[in-house]
Amino acid sequence: MAEYQNIFTRVQVRSPVYPGVPLPRGSWGRLGKPNFSYLLGVIGDAQVGPIYLGWFGMASLICGFIAIEIIGLNMWASVNWDPIQFVRQLPWLALEPPSPAYGLSLPPLAEGGWWLMAGFFLTASILLWWIRTYRRALDLGMGTHVAWAFASAIWLYLVLGFIRPLLMGSWSEAVPFGIFPHLDWTAAFSIRYGNLFYNPFHALSIVFLYGSTLLFAMHGATILAVGRFGGEREVEQIVDRGTALERAALFWRWTMGFNATMESIHRWAWWFAVLTTLTGGIGILLTGTVVDNWYLWAIKHDFAPMYPQTMPPAIDPALVPGGVR
Amino acid sequence: MNIGIGGWVAVVVASIVGGFMMLTSGWERPPIDSTQTGYRGLGMEILTNPRTEREVKAANQLPEVIPTAEPGGPLAREVYENVPVLGHLTECQFLRVMTAITEWVSPEQGCNYCHVEENLADDSPYTKRVSRRMLQMTAHTNLNWQKHVAQTGVTCYTCHRGQPVPAEIWFTEPGPVAAMGPVGYRAGQNIAAAAVGSTSLPFDPFSTFLKNDTDIRVIPTHVLPRRDEGATIQQTEATYALMMHFSGSMGENCTFCHNSRSFFDWDQSTPQRTTAWYGIRMVRDLNLDYLVPLTADFPPHRLGPLGDVAKINCNTCHNNVNKPLLGAPMLKDYPELNKAKLKY
Repeated sequence: MAEYQNIFTRVQVRSPVYPGVPLPRGSWGRLGKPNFSYLLGVIGDAQVGPIYLGWFGMASLICGFIAIEIIGLNMWASVNWDPIQFVRQLPWLALEPPSPAYGLSLPPLAEGGWWLMAGFFLTASILLWWIRTYRRALDLGMGTHVAWAFASAIWLYLVLGFIRPLLMGSWSEAVPFGIFPHLDWTAAFSIRYGNLFYNPFHALSIVFLYGSTLLFAMHGATILAVGRFGGEREVEQIVDRGTALERAALFWRWTMGFNATMESIHRWAWWFAVLTTLTGGIGILLTGTVVDNWYLWAIKHDFAPMYPQTMPPAIDPALVPGGVR
Repeated sequence: MNIGIGGWVAVVVASIVGGFMMLTSGWERPPIDSTQTGYRGLGMEILTNPRTEREVKAANQLPEVIPTAEPGGPLAREVYENVPVLGHLTECQFLRVMTAITEWVSPEQGCNYCHVEENLADDSPYTKRVSRRMLQMTAHTNLNWQKHVAQTGVTCYTCHRGQPVPAEIWFTEPGPVAAMGPVGYRAGQNIAAAAVGSTSLPFDPFSTFLKNDTDIRVIPTHVLPRRDEGATIQQTEATYALMMHFSGSMGENCTFCHNSRSFFDWDQSTPQRTTAWYGIRMVRDLNLDYLVPLTADFPPHRLGPLGDVAKINCNTCHNNVNKPLLGAPMLKDYPELNKAKLKY
């Protein structure tokens, strides 16, 4: 019997192409003639297409394209349209937000105006795509869990690029669009606010982030491990004894005394993923608006320990009377 | 041998990672030695690589000591014309300094790099005028900046290392040429800049901090935000850029000076942070008082792209070592350069 015991899927299900369940009245048609791909079948379903684009999908793609164009062309312009430098420096290039001098006013295009525009279109694209995930779920008669999980990520994105800059009164507080530059921004942000690791919501976010990977590993491994008994067909097995499902459950019960169920393990995963960005967003939102130095905040509230100083402490020369300034 | 698919994946991943390590700069193969310097659990440690240490030692060899001047004899100002800075030395000491400068600064070019052969007193070569100012700078540093250079002090060789122009100098960086029109805003950063360790941080921290007196401190010392107070992210990135330069110049990581849990806190910093603080002021002082005023003396080909004079930063002396020349007290062999030892 075919087994699922490899890093890729060794079983490819081939059936006549299937367009999917009927769509409600008034929907757009599905686009593209479906076909089969062996390589995609190795990592997923071998049938490719058709895709449902619809009005929101089209609008989202157009906005996303505009945003990427603005970002990419500005990056390219920053190296004087040199294609070689564009490729070489790409990880370093960025479209920067306006300087602090502009506050929340509209800056000239040359000094951050393009950043605002790219941000607008990227946000529009993301929100339109969110509507799409919501409506596709409804049209399939599903719950809207995917859309709400996506909304949690959008929350963090909006806090970083829109809500917090609004509260701080300056677009310059927002993140640049660039690969290394946004990482440098992150490091500088943590340093400026006295070490973000002492922000309890940042700590929660890390717990859920790492927790997500742990749960993902546990669940993925468990299901693959019972693949030889057909464990991927979870629902069919849920009521019987001795099935792959029961073995999967028993494995964890025997290992740690407690096991999730086939339903609740997905609830665990969903909440861990959603809480990662939800708590992260709260942590960012409080930074600079409510707390200015997280390290000192943590000391004040006995959240951070003091450690013994093992070497003579440095003396702040700026405090030495009559010294150099 | 059949290593299986997993084995092949491991081989491919290892080759890609290994390839990157070999083809990109700045990688050192493990093992790296670490020495704990703070309380346990804080990551306060000094990293050293026993394999690069040999190279570092080789790159920081001292030149042979020039035989000391015999005591006594006439003063230089009685023997030579136009010796305002070194005229107080004896003739023997004076000649020893001249020999040293030739060996340390212009070993290939010789005396005539600074002097007109027919008239050694002639001030027309710009190199001679600059050298005189540099001798004053060295004396000033050894006398007034002992909080940074301590008794180790500096000599010409600390920076020059056998070259007329020290290897590590800086000019104001105009940044890459941008396209015409209102596009390509980069806010003074976002290019792989060697000055800041190939990060995308602001590429000219030197003008900001080592010439202009910009406030380096960006971390608040209070818990709650205060209205109209506090550094911006951009100011923080500028400070971060300067710190990258420090780290590169010292060949050390952040924890050489800071406890990284709380960068601003002096009580948790190492004594080296105080030394570095004076170093920043020293470099700024030397740039402003000694180098910038020489701008008009230098020929255009010695100036930077924006017409500014070559200036110093941490690495001009340090050369990627936390103590220049590995802390060798070279100055003690050359009392002629030490205003603190030799009154004049």
